[in-house]
Formats: sequence, structure tokens, C-alpha cells
Amino acid sequence: MAEAETRLAPDEQAYFYQDDRDAKCPFAPPPGLRALNEKAPVTRVRIWDGSTPWLVTGHAAQRAILSDPRVSSDDKRPGFPYPNHVMAESAPHHPLTIFNADGADHTRIRRMMTRPFTRPRMEALRPSIQEFTDELIDRMLAGPKPADLVTAVSLPLPSLMICVLLGVPYADHDFFQEHAQWATRSDKTVEQQNAANAALGGYLANLLQKKMEEPAEDVLSDFAARIKDGDLTLPEAVMLSMILLIAGHETSSSMITLGTALLLDNPGQLANLREIDDTKAVANAVEEILRYLTVPQLGQRRIAAEDFEFEGAEIKAGDGIIAALPAGNWDPEAFPEPEKLDLTRKASHHVAFGWGIHQCLGQQLARIELQVVYGTLYRRVPTLRLAVDRDELDFRPADALAFGISELPVTW
Amino acid sequence: MKVVVDEEKCVAAGQCVNAAMDVFDQRDEDGIVVLLDENPPAELAEDVRNAAAICPALAIRIEE
Ligand code: SF4
Repeated sequence: MAEAETRLAPDEQAYFYQDDRDAKCPFAPPPGLRALNEKAPVTRVRIWDGSTPWLVTGHAAQRAILSDPRVSSDDKRPGFPYPNHVMAESAPHHPLTIFNADGADHTRIRRMMTRPFTRPRMEALRPSIQEFTDELIDRMLAGPKPADLVTAVSLPLPSLMICVLLGVPYADHDFFQEHAQWATRSDKTVEQQNAANAALGGYLANLLQKKMEEPAEDVLSDFAARIKDGDLTLPEAVMLSMILLIAGHETSSSMITLGTALLLDNPGQLANLREIDDTKAVANAVEEILRYLTVPQLGQRRIAAEDFEFEGAEIKAGDGIIAALPAGNWDPEAFPEPEKLDLTRKASHHVAFGWGIHQCLGQQLARIELQVVYGTLYRRVPTLRLAVDRDELDFRPADALAFGISELPVTW
Repeated sequence: MKVVVDEEKCVAAGQCVNAAMDVFDQRDEDGIVVLLDENPPAELAEDVRNAAAICPALAIRIEE
């Protein structure tokens, strides 16, 4: 009986989240996760620390739960379903940020950060994004074969763009790329992460102080002006800058790398994409690839702020809730034949950027970067192919914050 | 078709602009939604419905 399933008692038998992807279909969400959604859109699962939060797998259910005001993002509430031990240990020390604030606090913080990321501003950046992309491809083509797409294009492009937006010198990129990676790894100790954060924080504080004296047209200057006006303290501004700097790196980069690997695996779809000469159709293709790959694979973590009934589940205040975004994006109710990559499918209702008030702030930047790269790379390098067997690619494990491939050896 | 936006709810995700550029814009200072056309013409109706459907903050309401 479906209802009994969803009320599953917290026991040892519950499905373990996160399990690994099927090595034969590395781009698909773990088979166990998809099977779970066939049973019910909400179920109890077991996670790494032995706790048994609710896992929301259905697309409609995810949208409902992620925009439900009875659900909180406050990671200091006891029972919060942390994705790993580093987050669990560091959460008590987290300041209030856009990630863990609810309601009015969230609105206040978010509004200070939204200005540079609006769709019209991103559209105005498109020519520079195109220029950088062309330059990176030129450089790759002039260099030795095979090349690693990650170091040639996937990482430098988003890194460069976020530096331009923030007003951070790109010359320092080795320094923050390293720190950005630390923040998304579960194999580091809390001490190691704290040291990395302190180094990055010191660097940004310095830069913010410089911008207070010599403002330019960038986000850090914007924050510097707010510090002067007394709207923001220096530590708060450092935190906001750090979030923007780190979040801008890994995710878009993963989408460029994985998207390329996925398209090389689907030559028919790739051929179609190469032919497309219309920005709207390319934009549509990007949405489908976002849906298919769903880079934030750990899911959105939440906690119930009160008791309520949801899709037949009796959720109690203090229960952990996880919206498993990859499962929602492969829910056949929302996306028929989800395993079929179809670049003409209408997929803009996917949840790859999350849903609700915490939906990704940088999504319009990511979209335009992807539209430009997918619309340029395969056309300019029509013979692009993997330099190794697909089986040899090093896919990140299911418990990494962002789904990705560390290296993509390509040749042409 | 009549479109109503709720500035309080808007989180400046820009999805509405993606879906229907002739009907929605974003304020430059903070990205909050700006409604360009309260009564969009019939040929834009589908785009506007889509905008309301993909607004993550449920800030767009349509009265038919
Ligand atoms: S889609 Fe919704 S949240 Fe985003 S800018 Fe438009 S109204 Fe605001």
C-alpha cells in the first residue's frame, strides 16, 4: 500500500542516500533513487550519520516542499540533515547567509546580492563571455593534443567571469580555485577548511578595503559603498563576497565538462546542436542538459519548522527533509521518457537550480556561459572527441557536492 | 489576461524575463521584477503562463 510505504518507520531497512551511479550510465541519477520515486514521491531514507530524514523525489512534490514556509533552511536547528561530517561540525559556527536564512532575513541578505546577476545585466555581458570563450578555444587549439577540457575551458571561463563581476584580479585565480575546491570537498577536516576560509577571507577583506578608497564598477565596490554607509559590516561583506566567489566556480565548470562528455556520448543530439543557428533553440538545449545532469546532486537540505502532512507523510517539527533534485529532474510525470536526452524538449521547469526562494542566484550567468560555450565549442571544433575511453573518465562520487568529472582529455 | 506581480515575494531569479521578455523586466538596483505590460496580448499568453509557472518564488499571478 503506497500510503504505508511513505510512513515507513525510521529503521535499518530504509534506502541509503547517497548510493552510487550505475557505472554503465554515469550520467543518470542512481538507479535506486529513481526506483524510490516510482514507489512514492516522499519516503524515509537513511543518511551517512544514521539519521532518517524524508527524501522528496517527485518533481511536483519538490517544488511544493521547497516553497513551503513551514520548512526552514536554518542549519543550526537540531536534526538538520547535513550532507557530510564537515558541514555537521561547522554549522554551529556558520554566520547567517543566503543559504541558511529564512523569511525576512533571507530577503534582506538576498537583495544585497542580486543586483549584478539580473538577466538584463547578464545579457549585456554576453559579448565578453563570447570573446573569452573564443580566446580559450584558440589557445586550446594552438596547444598540444590531447588537451584537458577542464583546464582549457571549463574552469577558466566561469572563474574569469566571476572575477570580472566581483572586481577580483584574475591573476590570483590559482589561489581561489584551490579554495573553492576545498569548500566543496567532504574529505577535508574542519581545521583545514577553516584555515582555507581564513586565508580567503583575509584576501577579500583587504580587497574590500581597497575598494572603499578606489571604487570601480563591480560587486566588491558595491559592498564597499554599503560598508561606508553603515548598511553592511566588513565581516558580512567578506562572507557575501566569498559565497559569490566560491559558488561561481565549480558548478558552471562541471556543467561545461559533463555537458561535453554527455553530448559526445549522444552524437545525434550533438549533430543537431551544431546545426542550430538560433539563440532560443540553443537556450532550450541548455535547459535540457541542465535537467539531464543536475549538478547539485546532494539535494537541497531543509528541516521542518512545524508538524504537517505532506503527500501522505506525517512530517514532524525537527524532521530533516532532502529534495533530491536529480530524481525530480528525471520524474517521468514531469519529463516523459526522462532517460532520453532531447534538446528540443521543453524543460525550463527543471529544478537543476533548486526551487523556491533559495533558487540559485547566479543562474542567469550560468545559463549565458553555457549557451555561449555549447553554441561555440562543438561548431568551432567539429572533430572534438574523447581522448580516452568513457569508462576511464574519473566521475566524482555520489557524495561530492557537485556532480562532475575531474579531467576530460579531449582531442580533435 | 491580467498579470499581477508581488514584489515582496520576488527573489530576482530572472526566470520571468527568460520566459517573456516583452512582459517582464528586472529593476536595475536589486533585480526585483518589473511588470512592463499588465494586459499582455493573446500571442504572449503562453509565454506569460510559462513565466508564472517557472517563477521559483510564486511571485506572479495570472487572472484570466
Ligand atoms: S521569476 Fe519570479 S522571482 Fe524571478 S524575477 Fe521574476 S518574479 Fe522575481
